Amino acid sequence: MTETTYLKAITTTLAEAMRADERVLVLGEDVAEGGPWGATAGLVEEFGSERVRNTPISEAAICGIAVGAAQSGMRPVVEIMFIDFLTLALDQLVNQAAKAHFMSGGQLQVPLVLRTQGGAGQRGGAQHSQSLEAWLTHVPGLKVAMPSTAADAAGLLAAAIGDPNPVVLVENKTLYYRREEVDGEPVLLGTARIVRRGRDVTVVALSRLVPEALDAAEELSADGIEVEVIDPRTLVPLDLETIVESVARTHRLVVAHEAVRNAGFGAELAARVQEAAFDELDGPIERVGAPFAPIPFSPPLEDAYLPGRAEVAAAVRRVLAS
Amino acid sequence: MWRIRAFEERVGELTRANEVHGLVHLSIGQEAVAAGVCCALRTEDLVYSNHRAHGHAIAKGAPLEGVLAELMGRADGLCRGLGGSMHLVDVEHGLMGATGVVGGNVPLALGSALATRLLGGDRVTVVFFGDGAVQGGIFVESVNLATLWRLPVILVCENNGFAEFTPRSAHTVVERVSDVVAPYGLERETVDGNDVVAVREAFARFLAAARGGEGPFLLECLTHRLRGHYEGDPERYREALAAEDWQELDPIQRQQRRGLDEGWLDSPAQLEQEAREEVERAVLFARESAFPPAGLTDELVYAS
Repeated sequence: MTETTYLKAITTTLAEAMRADERVLVLGEDVAEGGPWGATAGLVEEFGSERVRNTPISEAAICGIAVGAAQSGMRPVVEIMFIDFLTLALDQLVNQAAKAHFMSGGQLQVPLVLRTQGGAGQRGGAQHSQSLEAWLTHVPGLKVAMPSTAADAAGLLAAAIGDPNPVVLVENKTLYYRREEVDGEPVLLGTARIVRRGRDVTVVALSRLVPEALDAAEELSADGIEVEVIDPRTLVPLDLETIVESVARTHRLVVAHEAVRNAGFGAELAARVQEAAFDELDGPIERVGAPFAPIPFSPPLEDAYLPGRAEVAAAVRRVLAS
Repeated sequence: MWRIRAFEERVGELTRANEVHGLVHLSIGQEAVAAGVCCALRTEDLVYSNHRAHGHAIAKGAPLEGVLAELMGRADGLCRGLGGSMHLVDVEHGLMGATGVVGGNVPLALGSALATRLLGGDRVTVVFFGDGAVQGGIFVESVNLATLWRLPVILVCENNGFAEFTPRSAHTVVERVSDVVAPYGLERETVDGNDVVAVREAFARFLAAARGGEGPFLLECLTHRLRGHYEGDPERYREALAAEDWQELDPIQRQQRRGLDEGWLDSPAQLEQEAREEVERAVLFARESAFPPAGLTDELVYAS
């Protein structure tokens, strides 16, 4: 066990992957300088500018080049600085990367990793703070991972680099500097983690809402309510089995994410659980998410907009009352 | 060129007979570009194509049987029936993908060229696109990066003067694609794209340099799309070409006249006959091929 940050866990994992496999290359805006948070700091010194490639601000071309390199024998790891800018690269991701294996009848493989980060709370305004992961989960052929801890950031990134499919790793900027223990255990894509055991209510939380849900669980525990917190870790593929098993014990479910509630991934989770285990549910599923509005800039408005511990706790109390 | 021409004429018939399905874009009139470029390439060289892909696939070596079976949605198609006319792939022959999104795979060719540089070897990557692709942002992003990184990629523009249903003049004030990329300083040339010899000679110069790791290059081929944008296009936007004008433009008739004049071609009719017979064998093959099993759709979403 070593203590590190979410961000350093990513840097270390990238360096290990590049040492182990010369086909791994990193490309994106300012990656040779480490990027705005330093996720790729030090890589160019060890691996050189051929494998750690700064790019112009051309998200579509960066992504397209990575797709072409991936289907020609490389294992590129692309960084799109903010998930908000992924809009510019969606053709490459949705029409090219996600479908190449399928449309070629299995001839092509696209072992591409796209790292990006989302999340609000840093006064970035509505174009630097979004949570757009649900869009990606609507595209067959893509895998989507959302680490909430340093250990999962490392484990999911390593798994993504080893995967023969395009994998989008959606990091969260507000989690980057949390110090945590990392055990170096590999993580399989499609395996959820039960973060906290509890008998009364299951909370399935994504990314930043995982620590928020844990805080809510501590608060509720003081009132004798024991919450089970599950982090699915990957949205595609989804470990529905672990979630359904939990619901079969607690009979109540809350889903929680920072993205807007409307058509958020929580809607998919709720639908899948009721399809698989309707008879296990003792009441309606509650969804925690942001309101259907762009993210406001003004600090008090942004703070009020963001779902967190209080919203999760209130939702848990509502499902228990139903 | 006759193999492409005969194949596509037959595909037009099969489309009207509802044996070939979906959106079908024929390259009749543009065969000299596919042939002139691909005959200079090795099998391991990589080619990317677009929605008008049949000619590129055939010229790069894809078997007619596999191409036609794909167009008919059959299990023996190049892509097992999952791709269709606009998404032909034949990795064995270096065809890395066609795309239905105009301009969408230009950066993929850059990525393949980058892979060649990093993995070693002298493989060259070529991407075919139309003049309609040039007005998209992804084209400018790609030209910028290809020149910045000096990638061994050859951009081949088939400038047929029409972007879908409207003439180039309705899309841009820049008439020549080679002028669009001029500020980037890459080597570029505009040739008569209906003259297969002119295409081949200009392309061969770029190819020799790209083999040595140089690049990128842009070859603009001025050509003519005889058919509509897609099969069934009523073409209300242009007048049909007069027969005598077509005789002057047709890349096959031009090359045949050259062959007869220069004495190296005896019987053009025999070339045509052989091509049409090969196409008929492909039709028989494709008709006998089964439709893919229902489970295939779920099986190939992810690689394992």
